[in-house]
Amino acid sequence: MTTDVKNMDQQSFLQSFLSAGCESIPAAFKKSALVAIWFVFLTFPLMVIKVNTIEKTVIWRWENIAYIATTVFFGSFVWRWLLARKELKKDDSKQETKVEAFLTRIQSTPFLKYSLLACIGIVAIIGPLKFVAFGGKFQLLDLYQTNVMISCLLYIVLGLGLNIVVGLAGLLDLGFVAFYAVGAYAYALCNMHWDIGFWYMLPIGAVLGAMLGLILGFPVLRLRGDYLAIVTLGFGEIIRLVLENWGDVTMGPSGISNISRPEFFGTKLGVIGSTSYMYYIMIGLLIFTIFCVNRLQNSRIGRAWLALREDEIACQAMGIDKMKTKLMAFSLGATWAGMAGVVFAAKTTFVNPASFTFWESAIILSIVVIGGMGSIRGVIAGAVILILVPEYLRDFAEFRMLLFGAIMVLVMVFRPQGLISAKRKIYEYKAKTASAGNE
Amino acid sequence: MEYFLELLFGGLTRGSIYALIALGYTMVYGIIELINFAHGEIYMIGAFTGLIVAGLLTMLGFPGYSILAIALICAVIWAAAYGYTIEKVAYKPLRGAPRLSPLISAIGMSIFLQNYVMLAQTSDFLPFPELVPEFEFMKGMGSMLSSSELVIVLATVSVCLGLTLFIKYTKLGKAMRATAQNRKMAMLVGINVDMVISATFIIGSSLAAVGGVLIASHIGQINYFIGFIAGIKAFTAAVLGGIGSIPGAMLGALVLGLTEAFATGYVSSDYEDVFAFALLVLILIFRPSGIMGKEKIQKV
Repeated sequence: MTTDVKNMDQQSFLQSFLSAGCESIPAAFKKSALVAIWFVFLTFPLMVIKVNTIEKTVIWRWENIAYIATTVFFGSFVWRWLLARKELKKDDSKQETKVEAFLTRIQSTPFLKYSLLACIGIVAIIGPLKFVAFGGKFQLLDLYQTNVMISCLLYIVLGLGLNIVVGLAGLLDLGFVAFYAVGAYAYALCNMHWDIGFWYMLPIGAVLGAMLGLILGFPVLRLRGDYLAIVTLGFGEIIRLVLENWGDVTMGPSGISNISRPEFFGTKLGVIGSTSYMYYIMIGLLIFTIFCVNRLQNSRIGRAWLALREDEIACQAMGIDKMKTKLMAFSLGATWAGMAGVVFAAKTTFVNPASFTFWESAIILSIVVIGGMGSIRGVIAGAVILILVPEYLRDFAEFRMLLFGAIMVLVMVFRPQGLISAKRKIYEYKAKTASAGNE
Repeated sequence: MEYFLELLFGGLTRGSIYALIALGYTMVYGIIELINFAHGEIYMIGAFTGLIVAGLLTMLGFPGYSILAIALICAVIWAAAYGYTIEKVAYKPLRGAPRLSPLISAIGMSIFLQNYVMLAQTSDFLPFPELVPEFEFMKGMGSMLSSSELVIVLATVSVCLGLTLFIKYTKLGKAMRATAQNRKMAMLVGINVDMVISATFIIGSSLAAVGGVLIASHIGQINYFIGFIAGIKAFTAAVLGGIGSIPGAMLGALVLGLTEAFATGYVSSDYEDVFAFALLVLILIFRPSGIMGKEKIQKV
């Protein structure tokens, strides 16, 4: 029994929604009820019972049964409906979403595109500045919000770096945070021992990142998908454990503090000035990154990466040097992580191994995957959603990682190409109409 | 000499736990070519369920051995239920998708489960009661081998034996081997592949739960994060022995357990996890098919 989801009147839509995936509405209700009962059973020990073996007490949270039952009952309808829609849509997977169509229209009209960019640019630049206007003080972003924006921009840069490795070249890297850590610790150590300033360390961090990317890339050249993921995960963990345990060099779990902030042409700025300064540095870095990634994407190496992602053996058969392409992907991705690491150390003036766990890698991976693999706009959207939104919903902070995990699963099941999928450049040729004297 | 024996038995114990978890990894990979990142979390959920049941029964005044038995059974039941549900929710819809999708879904599931347990229970370390009583005849062994270590090793050996016989001689075992070899052909000869895959997840999760309860009883405390490290190490063991091969998982787990025990005993105990990860990286670079695995031919 197939139903066309689009051409429906309201009553039938409700019918098709409720009975999706089942023979009839009563059958759907029965199925949902059974699923709800199953989940109540499943979560019973963990959600309902809380045992304290020291004090010998038990807390029974019976109300959780009601929450789970109702959520799962209604959720199962939505789940089945979405799955049924996914089956129907299987053939036209190239369909654009409304958001994508909207963005494409803006980008194709130069006037709209540049005015939008100008608006974003103006808002971004006046962000942390204080104005005296309209008879009162006016500041778009205060100190706390500027910090949040710097954090978000850092994640965008990291996401774009990982995007090169995962999105463009298709190499699943779960240890990306290792390059981030190396950049941050390099600045921290050089600053602590030899008082090297931020602006000298920025390129050094980039170079270190690139070198570490090469070192990581060499041994894993032969590995495919799953194995590559695990090895990179192992590398990431090894780096973190070495940072934690090699106390003599890296100061162990207590970390390195009092890292100096970037200087403005030789003058040291206070906290507020520094934060605004870092904000502008990050905007500059972001523009640089977007520019580079965009050019890389449309270059020879970018197309080589896309070929590598689609089919490794076929790409070799076409004459693309697999080794060089993979190594370029790793080291270029790592370069940006290294630079971001230096900025991170300067921003927080304190580094310790706990900031560079696997979960950081997972968050950056989520940004790339959920935003849209291989697409710059997607990564920016992903970072904005995954970093800014939780910041403003601070009350729900403890649910943040829970939602990350759930969103990762849901996006993979229902929309594997991400929020804003990558757009290949399409050239349209319009046929020349026959006009007098032109043939 | 005594120190050596102590390390040896410690290594055997570690190896046993890794084997129980690694079997789940290797069976799932053999059947659907997916690294089930969430498997470590199943082990952790088994341990938590065991803790909850054991705590409840202790307060109700049940005798010692029955607490262990009932806690094990409950942990197995619930872990199997979680394994089955995870497969249906996160992996089944992605059966035909390119390999990256189920992998990321698995990572997402792992993160979700960790935080779910952390929120549902607590983020602190929870003390786990000693469920295995000290045996009389073990008193002479001193610090070399404790009762719970003996129970762990014996339980693992019997489980592995049972599993090998199951895979070799029962109908479902044959169906699992067939599905692992070639899923489409298995469907053609009438095997219900969905049921076989679910059964694989259930068996793997049960084994992990047994391991979770026993090792938690041995170590004395659990935390929502233990699944991550145990999962990675068990995956190392599975890959070391050759992923997809059941005897390989057992062998790899043994090798890893002994290596870790001797390395931490004789070299340094700070870098305990680094040894496991380094071993994993080396194996995957130099012999990705593992000790007992076959070289996989990649076709275009």
